[in-house]
Amino acid sequence: MTIVFQKTRGLTDVETHYCPGCTHGIVHRLVAEALEELGVLDMAIGVAPVGCAVLAYKYFNCDMHEAAHGRAPAVATGIKRVRPENFVFTYQGDGDLASIGTAEIVHAAHRGEKISTIFINNAIYGMTGGQMAPTTLVGQKATTAPYGRDEAHCGKPIRISEMLATIDGAKFVERVTVTSPAHVRKAKKAIKECFKVQIEGKGFGIVEVLSTCPTNWGLTPTEALKWLEDNMIPYYPLGNFKRPEEVE
Amino acid sequence: MEERIIIAGFGGQGVMAIGQLLTYAGMIEDKNVSWLPSYGPEMRGGTANCSVVVSTEAVGSPVVVSPTSAIVMNKPSLDKFEPAVVEGGRLFINSSLVDRKSNRDDIEVYYVPANEIANELGNMRVANMVMLGAYIEASKTVSLESILEGFTKVFGEDKAHLLPLNREALEKGAEVVRNQLATTV
Amino acid sequence: MAKVLMKGNEAIGAAAIEAGCRYFFGYPITPQSELPEYMARELPKVGGVFLQAESEIAAINMVYGAAGAGARVMTSSSSPGISLKQEGISYIAGAELPCLIVNIMRGGPGLGSILPSQTDYFQATRGGGNGDYRLVVLAPSNVQELVDLVIEGFDIADQYRNPVMILGDGMIGQMMEPVELRKPKQRELPPKDWATDGTKDKRKPNIINSLYLAAEELEAHNQRLQEKYKKIMENEVKVESYNIEDADVVIAAYGTISRIAKTAISQLEKEGYKVGLIRPITLWPYPYDEFEKINDKCKGILTVEMNTGQMVDDVKIAVKGKFPVYFHGRTGGMVPTPDEIIDKVKKIYGGEI
Repeated sequence: MTIVFQKTRGLTDVETHYCPGCTHGIVHRLVAEALEELGVLDMAIGVAPVGCAVLAYKYFNCDMHEAAHGRAPAVATGIKRVRPENFVFTYQGDGDLASIGTAEIVHAAHRGEKISTIFINNAIYGMTGGQMAPTTLVGQKATTAPYGRDEAHCGKPIRISEMLATIDGAKFVERVTVTSPAHVRKAKKAIKECFKVQIEGKGFGIVEVLSTCPTNWGLTPTEALKWLEDNMIPYYPLGNFKRPEEVE
Repeated sequence: MEERIIIAGFGGQGVMAIGQLLTYAGMIEDKNVSWLPSYGPEMRGGTANCSVVVSTEAVGSPVVVSPTSAIVMNKPSLDKFEPAVVEGGRLFINSSLVDRKSNRDDIEVYYVPANEIANELGNMRVANMVMLGAYIEASKTVSLESILEGFTKVFGEDKAHLLPLNREALEKGAEVVRNQLATTV
Repeated sequence: MAKVLMKGNEAIGAAAIEAGCRYFFGYPITPQSELPEYMARELPKVGGVFLQAESEIAAINMVYGAAGAGARVMTSSSSPGISLKQEGISYIAGAELPCLIVNIMRGGPGLGSILPSQTDYFQATRGGGNGDYRLVVLAPSNVQELVDLVIEGFDIADQYRNPVMILGDGMIGQMMEPVELRKPKQRELPPKDWATDGTKDKRKPNIINSLYLAAEELEAHNQRLQEKYKKIMENEVKVESYNIEDADVVIAAYGTISRIAKTAISQLEKEGYKVGLIRPITLWPYPYDEFEKINDKCKGILTVEMNTGQMVDDVKIAVKGKFPVYFHGRTGGMVPTPDEIIDKVKKIYGGEI
């Protein structure tokens, strides 16, 4: 019998804990496939965040570290400096990376650490129950912004990709989403290109993935996909912000 | 034998350096030694001091509270440490920069015009070595040879060409002490 | 090798390199900056990596990553910086990783001062970070012992898969004494088969983690940790004591302060007083049993510290109410003098306190 499809070896058989309609599962699979297809799965060391993806160390079928909130890029730095021959990646959400871990991500990029970061931006704190994130849109309601995010009170949401793209050490920066098969294909392409930047020793790379959180947004999975496209993409434009010239 | 020495002066006068030299020389002579600096913002141009212990026994407290000898390179240091010297101890005053005499009559006091001598030798920076020369001549804590042996260890091999100048400075300091002792006797 | 005169902070670096440490992640803070400076200069010469992190928090998390990847790794800081590192220290203890953490203590609380102190005794021995964990805490009193404990500290860390802390004060970091780098007693170190270096498709993934969401799993993990700590308490206590079988007063002091106590004791002996000393070298595990050996006629224990009384709690636990426990401490960078200690001992002798 011919095999026409099989699950990537990059994922374990553990059932994930993600909510129905959450896009973490898709992104996990894209990361795992990229690791396998690029031939680095067996030498990969991943760093899981604190947040919804805290249990990612159970899902990726490679060596993993669980890091403190926001510190994944520092942990990855320690690993990569000890094991430069291995492939090292972090997988972080927006509370983790864009709030408590801004110093770590900015400086890892600034040093040009040869690591790759997958950044899940769903405009909310998911794991802790829908609190306001630095990426929450103006007017968007959250449990700690019950009247909607007020710009005068707590500013506008932070655009991480645009910010990191200004840093010399960041060699690959792209924002993608996974709301449609076409977007999923583009996202995978970006993740693989980002990983190649590390494999080729060029420096730091990040892929920001606009993601949904139907549970905390209070929407059905399909409504959530539409909400993302209607509200997030206008503020967080998709596209590549930076790539090494040679790769272009 | 236990010598507890305070060496004090302005930052930049090389008080830490001669403290380290003395400590190194003590180690070369198989004595127990310790060197402890005052540290912090006061090091940035203010007064600085270090505690040195050279002993035939294990060194107890590395902090010298009651020195058996004090080497003072400026007046604030004299004011601060003169009262602390133990009865029968020694006090070495850089008389080029300190215009007053010691008030103590229960200790040996040596007046060393260190800056003038260093000037005559053509290098103001060896004033500290003049003071150190005076100290080892009077105290015999370590030999001049041990100091010179430690010199490149403390300052690096690339400073070896400065050895003759520093030897001269040490000897000039020693000479001041010999002359002073001769006139007192 | 021949003895060399080294500053405590630099001697730590030399000892660490001798012990095979090739990775250092740190952040500048007085009075320990000579150590990262030394490592920045020396580690590249032996193929190692020195990296100045963006913060103490990042530095300790780099240590966490490097230790998990199987390296001999260290960091150093001083009191306020060690406070920042507590998050990572707790994770390292929870994930059972070996590493060496150096705290060259300065005055506190808050920004405090840059002068020597022993005010982080509680933080070092009672936790500091969240959760039920222990560090092995080593308290050297001179630069040679500092070097010996750094070298052995890496072995202890590897043997038990536990973070080890060198707890010194600004004085030992700054002072110079002769040192000789020498090998510690041979220990059988377990292989680091848990380290993350890629599965190479030959084994199941290794996971470095301190998260146990199920209550019974976390309890089991804590019980394992406690069993390990019990072994450390049985095997790793280090203490120096002097004349406690005969002394009328016993001084308890650690680190550089124990040396000042020794100066006071030799002066008191000249005057005919019988004074003993217990100097804990491991602050955790604490040498409680040593206090059992104190003779019954002892008039009291005088604890001397550069703080307002922290180790004195352990002394009280150790003597179990058998002897009165007195305290003398100075803070702010003031160092207790031999005369102050002598005065206190005489008062205990005379029943004045």
